[in-house]
Amino acid sequence: MIIKGSVWKFGDNIDTDVIIPARYLNTSDTQELAAHCMEDYDRDFVKKIKHGDIIVAGENFGCGSSREHAPIAIKAAGISCIIAKSFARIFYRNAINIGLPIFDSTELFNKSEQSDILEVHPQQGLIKNISKDMEFRMNSMPEFIQEIISAGGLVEYTRNEMKRRKHN
Amino acid sequence: MGKTIAEKIIQLHCAKKDIKIGDLIKAKVDFAFANDITGPLAIDVFKQIGSERVYDKNKVTFVPDHFTPNKDIKSAEQSKIIREFSQEQGLTNYFEVGKCGIEHALIPEKGLALPGQLIVGADSHTPTSGALGALAIGVGSTDLGAVLATGEIWLKVPETINFIYNGELNKWVGGKDLILYTIAQIGVDGANYKVMEFSGETIKNLSMDNRFTICNMAIEAGGKSGIIEADALTLEYLKDKTDKNFQLIKSDPDAQYVKVFEYNVSNIEPQVAFPHLPDKGKPISEVGEIRIDQSVIGSCTNGHIEDLRIAARILKNNKVDSKVRLIIIPATQQIYLDAMEEGLLKIFIEAGAVISPPTCGPCLGGHMGVLAKGEKAVSTTNRNFVGRMGHPESEVYLSGPAVAAASAITGKISSPEEVV
Repeated sequence: MIIKGSVWKFGDNIDTDVIIPARYLNTSDTQELAAHCMEDYDRDFVKKIKHGDIIVAGENFGCGSSREHAPIAIKAAGISCIIAKSFARIFYRNAINIGLPIFDSTELFNKSEQSDILEVHPQQGLIKNISKDMEFRMNSMPEFIQEIISAGGLVEYTRNEMKRRKHN
Repeated sequence: MGKTIAEKIIQLHCAKKDIKIGDLIKAKVDFAFANDITGPLAIDVFKQIGSERVYDKNKVTFVPDHFTPNKDIKSAEQSKIIREFSQEQGLTNYFEVGKCGIEHALIPEKGLALPGQLIVGADSHTPTSGALGALAIGVGSTDLGAVLATGEIWLKVPETINFIYNGELNKWVGGKDLILYTIAQIGVDGANYKVMEFSGETIKNLSMDNRFTICNMAIEAGGKSGIIEADALTLEYLKDKTDKNFQLIKSDPDAQYVKVFEYNVSNIEPQVAFPHLPDKGKPISEVGEIRIDQSVIGSCTNGHIEDLRIAARILKNNKVDSKVRLIIIPATQQIYLDAMEEGLLKIFIEAGAVISPPTCGPCLGGHMGVLAKGEKAVSTTNRNFVGRMGHPESEVYLSGPAVAAASAITGKISSPEEVV
C-alpha cells in the first residue's frame, strides 16, 4: 500500500471538538459526520480537500473528547492518513481501531508545508515529500498494534480472536 | 522494584506475569460503560464482531446523559438504541431519565466503581472514578464494543507521574483549582499516555467530591487516568453503596514514577482557565475585567452536592446580574434531591438561577445553555475549546463553583471575596 496526497497542515492540540463539533454527534452516520469535519476550523475544509489528501499536524492531535466520530469523520471525508508530531492517547487508539492510518514524525512536520505532495510507504516505514524531494523515516508501530492494523481494525481482530478461542 | 497503584491493578487483571512498563497486555475489565453518544457506535461494533451476549450483564451499563432528556429526534433515536440494547441484554443496570445522572457522578454514587477495579468507559472523563482508587480509563466506541464482546481490553502498561500536594488550601480553593493549576503547569499533553497519581497531605484531607473533580480532569492533561489511593474516607463514602468485596491497593514506597511534581497549595488562588485550552489557567487576581453572558455550575466535573453547597453559600441573599444567565445542573437525581432537601434550590431560584435536570447539556454545546456568537461564559465544566459550548466565536472560561457563582452576581469574572 502506498498513500499519496497533498498536505493539509494543522498546528498543535487539534481537539476532537474542532474535528467534529458536538452539535453533530446526534448521529453516527459517517457521511453526515464527514460533511462537518473541521468545520469550526475552516468552514470549507471538506469542500477543499481531495480524496486521498493527508493531514499533517503538530503535537497532541485529537486531544479532548473520546468521540470516535472524530477519526470517522476524517476518514469518511476522504483523508487517507494523518501524520503528526504526536497524538492524544484515545484518538490514537480510535484511529488504529477503525483503520485510519496514522504515523508520527516530527521531522516531516517541521519540513513540510501546506499543499506539498507526500508519498507514504507504511511497510518500509518511509514518507517521501515529493514536492521538496526529501525522505523521512517514521517511527514503527509495536507488533501487536501492527496485528490490529493488518487484521483491518479491531472489529476484525476481535472477531478472529473469538473464533480462535472457540476452537481451543 | 516497587510498583504504582496503576501497575498493580493492571497486574491483578492480566494473565501475563511480571508485567513491565511499556508492555502491551490484555486485561480483564470489571466494569464497562458508554453513553447516548458513544453507546450506539459501540453496540454497532459489538454486533459487527458477531457477538450475541455481552460478556457479563452485571458489569456493563449505558447511561443516557449527553443529549437527554432528548433534545431532538436524532438524539432520541440514539437513546433508543442504548435503551433497547440494555433491555435485550437484560443488563442489571440501566439508568433511564428520571433515575439517571451524568455517568461519572452516577457510577460511583451507585457503588458500581470500587477500589482496585479496572474500569473502562467510552467517555474521556472516565478517570473520575479513579478518586476511589480504581484504574478507570477512557476509550473510544470500538474499544468499548470489543470489551462488551470479550470482557477484555488491550492496554499498554503506563508510566505514572506522582503529583504531591502539601499545605493548607486557601479560602474558596477546591479540587477544581488544584487541577486547573496542575494542568497549567504541565500543559494539555503534559501527562499524555501516563497515569496521574494524586497524593500528599492536602489530598488526604480533601473530600470525595473534590477528589472526583481532580481525577475527572486528568484527560485535560492527556492522562490515561487519574488515581488517588483509597483511604478511610473512601471506605466511609462506599459504606452504604456496596456490599461487594474490593481490594485497597497502594503504591509501594519505592514505586518508580516517571516524574514527580510537588506543590505547596498555600500559594494557589482560585483559578480561571482562559479560552481556548484548559491549560491556560491564571489565578483570579490576574484575570482582569471580563464581562460574561452566562455562568454554568454543573457537569461531571463540578455538579456534586458539595459544589452546589459552595454556590449556595455565595448566592444566598444575592441576585444574579440582570445581563447574566446562571444555569445550575445537579449531576444526578440524588444530588438534585439532596440539594432540594438542604434548601439549596430555593436559594438558587431566589437568586435568579435556572435549574436544569441532570445532563451534560451545555458543557459540550449540546443543549440547556448553548452560546451565541460573541458570547462569553464562565463555567465549572472541563473544556474551553473553540466552539465547545456553542458558536465557534463564543468563549468559555473554566473555574470552580465559587468563582462561577460570584461571577454570576457581578456579571464579570470575579473572586468570591468580592461578593461574600
